Amino acid sequence: MPRHRPRSFQDIILTLQSYWAEAGCAVLQPYDMEVGAGTFHPATTLRALGPNPWAAAYVQPSRRPTDGRYGDSPNRWQHYYQFQVIIKPSPPDLQALYLGSLEAIGIDMELHDIRFVEDDWESPTLGAWGLGWEVWCDGMEVSQFTYFQQVGGHDCRPVSGELTYGLERLAMYVLGHDDGNEMPFNAPDAPIPLTYGDVFRDAEAQYARWNFDTADTDMLLAHFRDAEAECARILAEPETDPKTGRVIVMAQPAYDQAIKASHLFNLLDARGVISVTERQAYIGRVRALTRACADAFLATVPGGRAA
Amino acid sequence: MPDLLIELFSEEIPARMQARAAEDLRKLVTDGLVEAGLTYAHAGAFATPRRLALALEGVMERSPDTREERRGPKVGAPEKAVEGFLRGAGVAREALEIRDEKKGQVYVATIHRAGRPAAEIVAEVLERTIRGFPWPKSMRWGTGSLRWVRPLHRILCILTREDGHEIVPLEIDGIAASDVTEGHRFMAPSEIRVTGFEDYAAKLKRAKVILDPAERAEIIRHDAAGLAFATGLEVVEDEGLLREVAGLVEWPVVLMGRIGEAFLDLPPEVLQTSMREHQKFFSVRETSGRITRFVTVANRETADDGATILAGNQRVLAARLADAAFFWQNDLRVAREEKMRPWLDALGSVTFHAKLGSEADRVARIAALAREMAPSVGADPDMAEEAARLAKADLTSEMVYEFPELQGIMGRYYATDAGFPDEVAQAVAEHYAPLGPSDTVPTAPVSIAVSLAEKIDKLTGFWAIEEKPTGSKDPYALRRAALGVIRLLLTNDLRLNLIGDRVFSKADFSHAENEAGLVGPKPEEYGPDLLAFLHDRLKVHLRDEGIRHDVIDACLAMHGNDDLTLLVRRARALSEFLKTDDGENLLQGFRRANNILSQAEEQDGVEYSYGADLKFAETEAERALFAALDSEEPGIEAAMKSEDFTAAMAGLARLRAPIDVFFEAVQINSDVQVVRRNRLNLLSRIRRLCLDVADLTRIEG
Repeated sequence: MPRHRPRSFQDIILTLQSYWAEAGCAVLQPYDMEVGAGTFHPATTLRALGPNPWAAAYVQPSRRPTDGRYGDSPNRWQHYYQFQVIIKPSPPDLQALYLGSLEAIGIDMELHDIRFVEDDWESPTLGAWGLGWEVWCDGMEVSQFTYFQQVGGHDCRPVSGELTYGLERLAMYVLGHDDGNEMPFNAPDAPIPLTYGDVFRDAEAQYARWNFDTADTDMLLAHFRDAEAECARILAEPETDPKTGRVIVMAQPAYDQAIKASHLFNLLDARGVISVTERQAYIGRVRALTRACADAFLATVPGGRAA
Repeated sequence: MPDLLIELFSEEIPARMQARAAEDLRKLVTDGLVEAGLTYAHAGAFATPRRLALALEGVMERSPDTREERRGPKVGAPEKAVEGFLRGAGVAREALEIRDEKKGQVYVATIHRAGRPAAEIVAEVLERTIRGFPWPKSMRWGTGSLRWVRPLHRILCILTREDGHEIVPLEIDGIAASDVTEGHRFMAPSEIRVTGFEDYAAKLKRAKVILDPAERAEIIRHDAAGLAFATGLEVVEDEGLLREVAGLVEWPVVLMGRIGEAFLDLPPEVLQTSMREHQKFFSVRETSGRITRFVTVANRETADDGATILAGNQRVLAARLADAAFFWQNDLRVAREEKMRPWLDALGSVTFHAKLGSEADRVARIAALAREMAPSVGADPDMAEEAARLAKADLTSEMVYEFPELQGIMGRYYATDAGFPDEVAQAVAEHYAPLGPSDTVPTAPVSIAVSLAEKIDKLTGFWAIEEKPTGSKDPYALRRAALGVIRLLLTNDLRLNLIGDRVFSKADFSHAENEAGLVGPKPEEYGPDLLAFLHDRLKVHLRDEGIRHDVIDACLAMHGNDDLTLLVRRARALSEFLKTDDGENLLQGFRRANNILSQAEEQDGVEYSYGADLKFAETEAERALFAALDSEEPGIEAAMKSEDFTAAMAGLARLRAPIDVFFEAVQINSDVQVVRRNRLNLLSRIRRLCLDVADLTRIEG
């Protein structure tokens, strides 16, 4: 891979995409729903389950309402990007492949100090955990590197290797910007140069106001209950579709509802209407949904059912 | 005799697990070899982030041949039994020997086992070790089912002799043992073929890997100190961090950088904690204590001598410290302008325990208790109450939310900035102490009052809801709280009757509401059990001081054992006394008197407790004992009254000689009943005097 210095945020995304495409991953597009992290994309959560091999890479816009700072923070946004790679089974040279991707975006291994620092990953809402590291570049965390051991309460066999790059932080480092809003989104010498802040700053303020103070909590609660009920209803349907007569397990539509419930919980949390004790209960409810969806996925063909 | 070298090469092993893993590898392999009959002369185990290594010198070539005789069934036993025996022993019928024994003839089998070559045994033991390795957390990877801490890539396993080396034949889940390893991930990544341990260690060093963690730690310590010294500064010692950092690098390169001007006014504890927790940096300070620089340890050398690495680290640190400065400024505003009020209010929504209410409830209890106890520890009640009210305020500050380990420390800064007196701020900082057997014990009266109240509230609270520690489970650290109470009382020589002064009852749980209401026992009911718990912790504490458990039992049996300071004074005096010749002999005398008395009392059905009269004494020895008792008794009693146990025991010591003479010269049993009774009553004076000092019947040996 020819090494060139990226000049913009999108350069980094494009470079990572082509690097992982060349490494054999299917380059997918973001999932079209609000999620808290790239892991929620069905391409990771569901595809990590069952025996079938899988390799995908994608950008996932992610939302963490409580991280909103009205666009004023140099390194925190309620909407941000993750770049996600998942390969199942995890290849023996995954660490080397990963380091190659850092070189591709211009991090010179001869000058920088890369470290794999213990970090066990756990997602209570996904009923998932894995072992791995935070990857540090000169003392800064630039990625999470995880070998999935369990998802949705099921042991992962084979094991998937998952890489998550926090794109803003990585880009700020590579591009040399201390204020993320100031970093160029497109080429700095483009006819219409745009910074990250030009694209997102005002939207950050808008969402912060809505997330923290304006969102209708009664409505959010109702939506949460609706999503929860719909998820259960979908999964309770018989496996055989009465219209086509085919076995169609609706794991993914049900999982969409679980994703919705998860995001609604995050919104409720940001509105400050969930007490400490209730928190655990809500997390448990979302986990019950993702577990049920994981069970259902294993009954689909991608999940390993004989076609 | 060959040397054995094993290296297990993997992806990065968590730093905190490395030392233990190297030790486990050594133990599992050497135990396995020895069990199989293969001994060795010397073992050394090592760990780096990517490898565990074990080197054994002087391993036997083969395990020795063995011969075992096994007795079987009697001759004439059922055929089935004989067949079973043959199968178990693995010998043929013709090889059985018949031996005459007392009870008749029996079959005896002689089992010969040929020794096995070292390689075969090593292969078996290493496979078992790898498959059963006790990692705190392990994982699978790829399609395999082998578990290791992170993916295992290579197994190096060779036996080295003078004429060359042999690869031990071994394959685990597709990984075949070899004589190959790899150097530093970035600086020397190619394969290295090795012939033995010396060759291995030397080649690794050339490939930028320092195998021995102690050597890496020493390089870091030395280089960091050197860099700091050259600029007139010193590194803040941190052994835990040193061990961790030595486990994060194979080739340590020490770099020193500056902390931005804007952050130098942050409290040193904040700088140190933020740098250690987030960045694993060492703090570097001026002689005044001000922290102005940091030391970071990189894992490689670079062409620019670490300039890029240092610049990157400095930028990350600036971002982190900007957060810390933001918290600090916000917190100071709350402290100065609002006297910490919003934090105190927020404690109401922090649950301490579902059945014991919020942190605010707990603070109210501690404040009331601190106020009540203040006079008995010499503290001003108003101050003690105020300090207790503020003690937990920093828990809801932004800084402590980010760095929980700064609780108390931040509280002191904020209380000072809010204008509270120094004694109050000090108590806020010290009220968690002592946190363990070697932590400093507060000695300022206000600090003592709040610290004691904090711990007693915790203990009585969990006793009231019956959530006591069981076995190894002590989630609320109640043992530590109990030891804290003990050390606070002893160190400050405080006299407090925990039961008698109703200390346990002062913590009021009536407003600790839960849905079902408080249903646990009342202080009168759980008090004795809680006291017994404190006594147990006290025994452990005193055992470390070298005081035997039976000596403590002898003192625990005495009245006033809820005053731990008194209890310990008595135990220390008794322990010293029993170490002397007089003490040992007096104990014998007491036992003899007590045995004779107990027997006589049982036999006669009466208690001989008083009324010994000099006029019935028949012998000189009896009269001498009367005289000695008469002369020592008032002194001993006075000493006991003033709680001078050492003086009381000195008095007892002076009774030793007359008691010895008495037992030598006098036969207790006399045909004259009045003489016998008189002697028994005389013995009871000895018994009573001794038992007033401590319950000597509990002394063992």
